Amino acid sequence: MSSQSATSLRRQPASNSPSTRILSWGCYPKTAHLHVHKPAWNDQVPQILQAASPGSLLPYGLGRSYGDSCLNAGRELIDCRRLNRFLAFDESTGILRCESGVSLSDIVDMFLPKGWFLPVTPGTRFVTVGGAIANDVHGKNHHCAGTFGTHVSQIGLHRSNDGLVTCNAEYNADMLHATIGGLGLTGIIAWADIQLKRVAGPWIDAESIPFQSLTTFLDLSRESNDRFEYTVAWLDCFAGKSLRGIFFRGNHAGDAGRKFHPRRGPKLLFALPGWALNRYSVKAFNAAYYKLHARKPGATVVSYDRFFYPLDAIRQWNLIYGRQGFLQYQCVIPETNLEAFEELLDRIALSGMGSFLGVVKQFGLAPPAGMLSFPRPGLTIALDFAMRGERTLQLMQSLDEVVLESGGALYPAKDARMPPALFEASYPRWRSFVPYIDPKLSSSFWRRVTEAQAQ
Amino acid sequence: MTATQTNMKKIIVLGATSGIALEVQRQLARLGCDLLLVARSPERLADLQADLSLRGAATVLTYSSDLASIQQHAGIFEFVRRNLPDFDTVLLAYGSMRDQKDSETSVDVLLQELQSNFVSATAILTLFAADLERRRTGCIAAITSVAGDRGRRSNYVYGSAKGALSLFLQGLRSRLHPAGVRVITIKPGPVQTPMTDHLPHNKRFADPEQVARQIVRALERRSPDVVYTPRVWRYVMTGVRQIPETIFKRLSF
Repeated sequence: MSSQSATSLRRQPASNSPSTRILSWGCYPKTAHLHVHKPAWNDQVPQILQAASPGSLLPYGLGRSYGDSCLNAGRELIDCRRLNRFLAFDESTGILRCESGVSLSDIVDMFLPKGWFLPVTPGTRFVTVGGAIANDVHGKNHHCAGTFGTHVSQIGLHRSNDGLVTCNAEYNADMLHATIGGLGLTGIIAWADIQLKRVAGPWIDAESIPFQSLTTFLDLSRESNDRFEYTVAWLDCFAGKSLRGIFFRGNHAGDAGRKFHPRRGPKLLFALPGWALNRYSVKAFNAAYYKLHARKPGATVVSYDRFFYPLDAIRQWNLIYGRQGFLQYQCVIPETNLEAFEELLDRIALSGMGSFLGVVKQFGLAPPAGMLSFPRPGLTIALDFAMRGERTLQLMQSLDEVVLESGGALYPAKDARMPPALFEASYPRWRSFVPYIDPKLSSSFWRRVTEAQAQ
Repeated sequence: MTATQTNMKKIIVLGATSGIALEVQRQLARLGCDLLLVARSPERLADLQADLSLRGAATVLTYSSDLASIQQHAGIFEFVRRNLPDFDTVLLAYGSMRDQKDSETSVDVLLQELQSNFVSATAILTLFAADLERRRTGCIAAITSVAGDRGRRSNYVYGSAKGALSLFLQGLRSRLHPAGVRVITIKPGPVQTPMTDHLPHNKRFADPEQVARQIVRALERRSPDVVYTPRVWRYVMTGVRQIPETIFKRLSF
């Protein structure tokens, strides 16, 4: 059986066997869905919701969630990608109204030439507005701008019981609060109002600074957070006892004195064999990457796509992890608990299973925009691990212990395996979120982390 | 001035909410064209108008009407004459593909399919053809289908309507040639649009964006009179047409 990429959506004739194969970005778990609805217009959504049986549906966007939060195994999905229209834009305020299947990439392409940029952007531009809201995504400017949901002032939400409901600060404020970070469970977002941000152009004044310890990283981060809109760091978890990494920071720049040419990079067409990524190849890559940036530190002007979306340059890069896929582990750990953070890194180094995508960021103090938002004050780290069966899962369990003990949390958008207890500890408010779930909606993730406890 | 130099600025789309039309319109909007969109649902037209205006279309006019109903054609044409009298391109993009089985058991369904895919299309194109012929300029493009190149067991009702439309366009092309009006027949293979969602998909299903790119290019400049999209279908169908009927009737596709 050929493996299907998340982009080649299928809709099969009605049948009773789960057949439609849609995968999340991590290509794990492997799931089959009963049916995929593909509405092209918002007026078709109420009908789909009406006809569904309870707990059978989940909205789906570009499938960039890593684990199973965008999946609904054995049930149905509503593919929202055809709902991709801009509905209104107010030049004076910068508020854009668009349908939920519009991608952030589409917004940038259309509005950056007019001097507007996303208020918050994750590390890929290939996510939908609906997905960005449902996961309340964050970016390199979390310390000064908060999460994506902070900039969503109003949404229209299809609910199976109440029809199309408008939610803003005055009406249904609690429903807006639940939908931001609500994992797509509160309804199908018909449209959203997003506050775009004025920028001078496509350029970023960027700096990269090598560092050799966690404390240097923290000093750099604290010192930079006041002066730089964007900060993030890359970490080499293969450097043995001595930690090393590169700190990136930047601000929007004026004119760079050169013309901007959008890049269109290569595409990985097939999954690499599982052995292509091993501790030696990754170690070599990390060393080369570190040396490249350490050799020429300092300030340069780079285009926004290089700065924000380096990985988007290789389309379908997730396939380098092979058919078995990979897991991402993104947690946040309170800053008061640095030992826990070090313990985490030690355990990864010890396992010898580290990855070349270790990303660290110091979150800001902004209050969460949604009931189940992940970002909170502390240090967040995101790491990719090739799926190697039981031993990969065991490593993650041992990381779970550290996170749980430190009072930290795990990010549902990246998760395919967190135990219910860790979810409970990460999101103690989840029970008060339950009443906002639309009775027709459910997800693989949600069933996995809550079902045992709901009984 | 030759017909191939149409500068394609003012375009009428008949069936503006169809899957392929949606993509074509986006690309035309990016080129800054004036668009006049005809489709049934006023709500959907309003959403389209907003979207295409934001994406760069110079103007977007909309008219809500059921194209399959010939009585409404006069109203459409009147609206065009009043609001975009100097249009230069007409793209016919609407069509209907219902389950073939329904047409086999119900003559009503069969006639409806022929009405929407063939009869009404010839009616509305005749109105626009007369206008362009009089002005001795412009371009008429209509989306038919590779299904019209050969009658197949599984899809011959849709196929015969689209095939008949292709023949109609052949004659129209010949008639309008002296007037310098281009007539383009666009024959897409299967495309991933709402019209084909109920069919089992395979790798042959084309991306609507790619199909639209080829259509826009055909509208913009000199192109073959008959455009197969994706291109490979020209060769596939050349082959399919060669199969002797005595063999073809035994094939189950």
